[in-house]
Formats: sequence, structure tokens, C-alpha cells
Amino acid sequence: MIAMNEEEILLFGPPKKIKELSFGVLSPEHIRKMSVTTIVQADTYDDEGYPINGGLMDPKLGVIDPGLRCRTCGSKFGECQGHFGHIELSRPVIHVGYAKEVYDILKATCKECSRLLLPEDRLAQYHTRLEEEGVRGSIRQAIIIEVLSEAAKKKGVIKDTTCPHCGTEQAKIKFDKPTAYKEGDKKLTPSDIRERFEKIPNEDVVLMGWNPECARPEWSILTVLPVAPVTVRPSITLESGIRSEDDLTHKLVDIIRINQRLRENLDAGAPQLIVEDLWELLQYHVTTYFDNEVSGVPPARHRSGRVLKTLTQRLKGKEGRFRNNLSGKRVDFSARTVISPDPNISINEVGVPLFVAKELTVPERATHRNLERLRGLVLNGSEAYPGANYIIRHDGMRKRVSDITKDILAEELDIGYVVERHLCDGDIVLFNRQPSLHRLSIMAHEVRVMPYKTFRLNLCVCPPYNADFDGDEMNMHVPQTEEAQAEARILMRVQEQIISPRFGEPVIGGSQDYLSGAYLLTKRSSFFTRDQVAQMIYVSDIPSASLPEPAKIEGDVPYWSGKQVFSLLLPSDLNIEYKAKVCQKCEMCEGVNCKYDAFVRIEGGRLVSGIIDGATFKARSNCKLLDKLVKDYGTDTGRIFLDSVTRLILQATAIIGFTTGIDDEDIPKAGAVLIDKIIFEGKEKVDKLIETYRQGYLEPLPGRSVEETLESKIMQALAEARDKAGDISERYLGMNRGAVIMAKTGAKGNMLDITQMSASLGQMSVRGTRLHRGYINRSLSSFKEDDLSAEARGFVSASYKKGLNPKEFFFHAMGGREGLVDTAVRTAQSGYMQRRLMNALQDMSVRYDGTVRTNDDIIVQFAYGEDGIDPAKSTYGKAVDIDWIVHKNLNSHTEG
Amino acid sequence: MSDSTINILKHNLVPEHVVLTPEEEEAFLVQYKINRYNLPLIKTSDPVIKMLEEEQNISLKGRIIKIIRTDSPAGEGVYYRYVIE
Repeated sequence: MIAMNEEEILLFGPPKKIKELSFGVLSPEHIRKMSVTTIVQADTYDDEGYPINGGLMDPKLGVIDPGLRCRTCGSKFGECQGHFGHIELSRPVIHVGYAKEVYDILKATCKECSRLLLPEDRLAQYHTRLEEEGVRGSIRQAIIIEVLSEAAKKKGVIKDTTCPHCGTEQAKIKFDKPTAYKEGDKKLTPSDIRERFEKIPNEDVVLMGWNPECARPEWSILTVLPVAPVTVRPSITLESGIRSEDDLTHKLVDIIRINQRLRENLDAGAPQLIVEDLWELLQYHVTTYFDNEVSGVPPARHRSGRVLKTLTQRLKGKEGRFRNNLSGKRVDFSARTVISPDPNISINEVGVPLFVAKELTVPERATHRNLERLRGLVLNGSEAYPGANYIIRHDGMRKRVSDITKDILAEELDIGYVVERHLCDGDIVLFNRQPSLHRLSIMAHEVRVMPYKTFRLNLCVCPPYNADFDGDEMNMHVPQTEEAQAEARILMRVQEQIISPRFGEPVIGGSQDYLSGAYLLTKRSSFFTRDQVAQMIYVSDIPSASLPEPAKIEGDVPYWSGKQVFSLLLPSDLNIEYKAKVCQKCEMCEGVNCKYDAFVRIEGGRLVSGIIDGATFKARSNCKLLDKLVKDYGTDTGRIFLDSVTRLILQATAIIGFTTGIDDEDIPKAGAVLIDKIIFEGKEKVDKLIETYRQGYLEPLPGRSVEETLESKIMQALAEARDKAGDISERYLGMNRGAVIMAKTGAKGNMLDITQMSASLGQMSVRGTRLHRGYINRSLSSFKEDDLSAEARGFVSASYKKGLNPKEFFFHAMGGREGLVDTAVRTAQSGYMQRRLMNALQDMSVRYDGTVRTNDDIIVQFAYGEDGIDPAKSTYGKAVDIDWIVHKNLNSHTEG
Repeated sequence: MSDSTINILKHNLVPEHVVLTPEEEEAFLVQYKINRYNLPLIKTSDPVIKMLEEEQNISLKGRIIKIIRTDSPAGEGVYYRYVIE
């Protein structure tokens, strides 16, 4: 709640609590009552530039010029929110917003007696149904629709078309959108309709879903038009001194002009035709005043041809009042700039440029503990860092700290003053990247002030933000109260979000070179000298690390294995076994003796066997070790592990070196021949299949036509050929190649990509079928019609390395285009879907009794997720990991 | 429905539906500090409700049904619904 100061409380009394809101339709009396003046003049200002009394800019309507006082309330500019005026319409007009409701009511009521066209007993029944307890919202709405349609149907084809109350025969009502109605062949004027509505008894109004106390149906036909205060439609004075009026004012001018002409004609007793024309014109202007995008009505335009922005347009859509000014606002204490990577800061931190830190401030209240420090900051002024920009005195006076005032202000500073000091290392800030699709899109980071102009970000936090550094920008917000800071630090800090509430596995973790680097560090053949090990330990900031016994001594030189170095990061009581990403999924797992070293075993915090790779700490990939560390040892351990392991790996990579190049895809002659043969055989098989088909011997598969069968068999044969080629290339490309290391450790790419680079691209497809569109019965003009062979239908036997011929290249582009279009369409669709879901679910909350309820206390779930489990705190959907507990206790038991 | 030979209440994909007694209803409403209209709804036209009404030969409109699901990861998942027309 917004705190009021004492002065405000004296002026307005204590803050009031809103008990309820009621929405209704303004009655003519109400409009006149809230109006301060009738507007009769279509002009705004006179020749001297003063507003005309009774004109659209009547000074009673509020103040828009600084220095003047309001003629109604006496307040100054900025204090007076403005006052409504009104226009007396010469003839009533329909309010477009209620046109549909007017139609519904016309259909449901009698033309003579205005009663609902339902017999008394039905009316009574509906009354009791509506009054039943718990009838509201959609249930109530359903009853009302039932009433209206049941009453309206009687007039139509079915049975009785007479009124059950007075016996009058009812005519059929036609609705000419947007604002005209016909009864049979006769036009219904707004006056006729209004007359009818006035006679509807209140009891019947209730059944039509209106509350007669605040919304009588006849009020939807306007006889008086409210004129918005000038503060809502201010006129702007251009530099040249010419006044430019708001769109709403223009529209009101039109309305008054036509209204006046209509009145004059009526008074003069003009012919019916002319009056009707003017009336219609008045209806048009009033309609477009409310909504300038009604279908069937040409939009009102400015003299320049620009479409006017009237009331509805102000509210509607993304740039409307609701989405732009109420749901979302611009805020203070925020910054936005380009992001760049920094592997040397913690995942908890964010690098803040110095010039940002000097602009954004944190209010700090002076106590006897921090008074001297704050005084020092004030003495530094606002230019030097760390300094202060403002001090706030006991009485709430804000004073800017400048070079001239800083000495006096520092002197004046006292306990209880608030100093708005520069952002410092260790301050907590919120960091955000759009689109903010999940709660991890805004996390709390600790500030680290740095030179240059970008926000610096640890690479492990890229996945939750979905950030990269190709020019991405991010936003930062500084919480201003101690409460907000504590909340951010405890709930939103990055390390608390390592495990995603969505998957229950880490979303923050290594990626790309951290994974290939981990492989280089921990593979069996990696050994390091004492100097190298010392360097790695120093860089990775491992607390109290002591060098273990060297793994081997060659000559006189001791060597330590990468596994030993890695073990330094692990808690000493950690025991775990899992399969690394490089695992080949052999039929018989050989455990520790795995020839690929893919069986990870950690005993007492020592990495006994296995390669560290994606399965250990890659973000969003069901990684075993990081998950275990965070869940069993806490988020601090998890954060320290990530910070250290990434720096360790980078150092190791720097020592060992890593590269990839086009020669990573070189396949020895023998392999190349084998691949060519396999591809050739695949094509031959396809030709054979086509031959069988042409001869009519092809047996159709159940549920498919012969053509479909052929197509699926061809696809199968070619996929098989490609897979086989892939296997061959995999056999010849070992772990000594950078590209293979990256694919197998989960750093980047996969084996399929390598196959495509080295062996063959395989079948191109659009919409899951082989390429066949383009020309009549063929994909390209270079083939014969109905050629079903592999080449003619988009099979690319070349590899990226070998290079594609023109036909292959075109096929490849066809497949590639589909992928691009799909992603574009998918993001647009899922974005809209998510928006709707969010709007529907946003005000549900988990209550203290564990139930999930909407804001009006309707229960949605009796336990969150129907099981009350927090995925981030559970193990793979289970509340407790029994296997793990047993495993752990058995181990400690045997050891003890 | 009446001459149906299958009792859907016994089907293994249909969770157990229990009709709360008036006393149980009272206690339940107090426990959740709620009135019955704030509960999730189930219609009398629902096959399970129809079946229950037939079996016990009573009208269930306005009563509260307790649904016990056993396929929940938490073991037993309990859900309540208010019967409407």
C-alpha cells in the first residue's frame, strides 16, 4: 500500500479501504449530475486564445495550462483531475458498445407491453434459479442466455408468436450492424427503442442479466453525452504558436455541429428525410467517438487522412491503456545494456559497469554504526566512486549531492538521515532478460562493479535466461528497501535456482567448452606436472586444497592425473556411480573397466574412474553429479562447485589445447570406399523397389496403398543407408578429433551432424515426405516425370565436406527453408498460447492449507499439482529417493 | 443406463468416489474454511454420479463427493467435488 504522509492524512483523512466496486451504465440524470457545464459551442478558443465558455475547452472542465486555476474546484494544474461536461443530444442515439445487448432485449420483449416474452410461471422459475445460492459467474451467465433465447425464440418459427401477457402478435426483429434495427419492414428509431425499454419492469430486467439499480436498459440509448474533461484530451501548443487539438476534441466538435444542425432543422420543422439523414449522421459521429474501428462503419479521419484515435482505441491492445500503462510501466532504478561473458565471476554475480553504478542508488539509513562510512561517501560527491547522489533529511527533504554542496551535506549528515549511495560490490539486484517466459528469467545477482560498458554474466547462467552474446541486452533493477533486498537475496538468488522448478534438474550448469574441456581434463591419458596442477588449483580458487600423492612418477618427475585434480572439488564423503555421456551403451557394461572410460565412480570424494562430461554438470540434461551436490549438500556447495569447476576446466583446456577443423571430418580411403558402396547399395535397393512396384508385385502394408507402401519402404532403405554410412564414419573417427569430442561429450552437435559433414547428408524432406513438389510430377526440371528414384526425390549422397552439386544444393535449401518457417511459426503461436495461459492462471495462489485457489477462494486443487510435491526439491517426481538413501546407508554401514 | 451390464464404478481406471455424509461435509467445509460453492463441480449427468445415484437410490444434487485417486506420485490423491445439475 502507498504510504500517506501526515499532511495528506490531515487533508484527506485516513486511507480508506475499498469494500466493493460496482459497474453499471450511466443514466442521463447521472451524466447531468456529474457534469459541471453543458457544452453548446463547437469552438474551442476565441481569437485572443482564451477558452470559450460553453465551448469544448470550457475552463470549468479542468486546467491544462500551468499557472491557471480550475474554475470548478480551484486547484492548480496537476492537482485538478478535471471535470465532466455534457451535451444534450437533440435526438437519442444507440451506444455502439451496447448494440448487441439492445438487440437481445428487443428480441426478448413484447412490442406492446415490454414484458419478457415468457409466461408468468416460467419467469417465476427463472427467478428462483437465479436467486439460488452459489449461482454466479458462468453459471449465472448460462441462465441469462437461456432466458433471452427462450424468450426470443417464441417470436421466430416455433409455435406461439404472441405475447403471453397481452396477446400481441410479435414481429421479427432484424439487426443491421452496427446500430440499426428493423421490426418486420419498419425501421426502429432509437427513440422507439428507448420508449419500449422504459416500460420494462425491473423484475424482467433482472432476468435479462441487468441490475436495474445501476443499469436500466434504456440507459444504453444515449440522450445525453458525457464530455470528457480537458485533462483527458489536452490541446498542445506547437512551437509556431499554433494550437493542435486532441482527436477526442475533434470528434466532439463534429458531434456538437451535427447536433446543432439537427436541432435547428427539428425546430424549423424540416422534412422527415432531412431529419433522418442528420440523425443518422449524429449516430455515426457518436459511434466513432466511442469506437473508430467498428466493422461496417468507415473510420472517422483527420483532415490529413489519418484515422482518429478515439476512446476504444485508447484502451485496446498492446499499446492501449491497460497493457501499456496499467499492467506494465516504466520504472526508476533500472538499467539496460548489452551483456558479455565473464567466466571469472561467480554465477551469483553480475558485472555492472562503473557508469551504471554511479547512476543507480541504494538508500541507506544512517545509524551510529555506518554514519562515518556514509559521511565518507557523501564527501566523495556524486562524481567520484563510491559516492552518493542524494541525502534525505528527517523531514523528508531531498538534497542533491554536488561538488559544491557535498562538504556542507557531509557535515549535516546525522543518524536517521537516508543516504542514496552508489551501487557497491555485494549489493543485490534483479537481473532480467526478455522474453520473461518463466520465473528464472528474473533472478537476483550480487553486484560486481567493473570498468567498460557491458553487463558481465557467468556463462553457466545463460541457459535459464536463454542468453547468448551476439548483441543480447538485459535489464537490471535495484530493490530499494531492506525487505525487498532480503527477499531477493533469500528467494531469488541465482544459486537458489540451480534446480529448475519445471524439470527438477539443474538449469544452471556447464555447456559447450566446459564439457569438452572436462573431457580433456579427466580422460585417462591426461597427466599434469606439479606446476600445472598448482596453477589450476590457484585459478579455480579451491579452498584448502592439498596436493594428493602423484599418480605416477616418470623419471624423477611426478605427474598427477586429471581425475585427481577434479577430485579436489568434491566433498570428501561423496559416493556416486553413473554412466557418462560418452557411454556407448554396450550390451554388457564392464563397469570400472569400460574401454571408453564411460563408467563414472566417485568414492569418498575421489573420482576413481570415468570421464567427466555432459552427464556430470551440463545444464538441462539430467546431469547426475551437480544434481546430487545441490540436493544433498545444499546450494552453497553447488554454486562453489560450478564456480570452481568451470575455472579449473578453462585452465586445463588452456594447458592441453583444443581445436577443431575440417580435417576432423577426414575419413581414410578405406572408409570412404565403404561409405560410397553403402550409399550405392541403398540407391540400388530403391531402384529394385521401384521396379517391383512398376511390375505390380509390391505387396501393400496393412492400412496403406501401394504407393504409400513404396514410399515408406524407400524412406526406410535410404535411412538405413545413411545410418550405416554414419556407423562407418563413426568407426573411423575416434576421440582424437575435436569434432567428435564435442559431439560425444554433449558440448556441441551430435554424431548425426558429423555424419552429414563426413559421409552423406541423406534424405531431405518437407512435411515428412521426400521432396516431390515443384514441377508437374517431378521435383526439378532436370528429372523425368514420375521419376521415383532416390536422386530425383531429394536424396543427397554427398557430404558437406565433399560438397553438393546444384541439384543437391537446391534440395538441401528446400529442407532448410521448412525448418526456418517452422521455428518462426512456432514461436509466434506458442507466445500467444502462453499469454492466454498466463492471463487465465495469474491470480491463483497456493494457500497455507496447501490448496490452490483463485482470488475469490474457489478451490482449483486440494494440493499443489494434486500431489503437493515441489519438483525442485524432489528427485525425478518422487518425494524421496529411496534407492539413494539405501545406497548411502549401506555404504556407510559397511564402512563403519 | 439402467440396463447397462457394466458397473463403471468397478473399472480400474475410475477412481473411488465416496459420497460424504452430512456430518463429514460439515467437518470438511470447516476444515477448508470454505462454502460448498467454492468447490470444483461435477454434474449429475456425469456417468459416475448417475451410477452412484442409481446404486444408492438417492439424489446426489447438492452433496459433496470425495474422489480418491491412487495413481498419484504422492500415493493417495484426494479431490472433492460439489454435485450440480
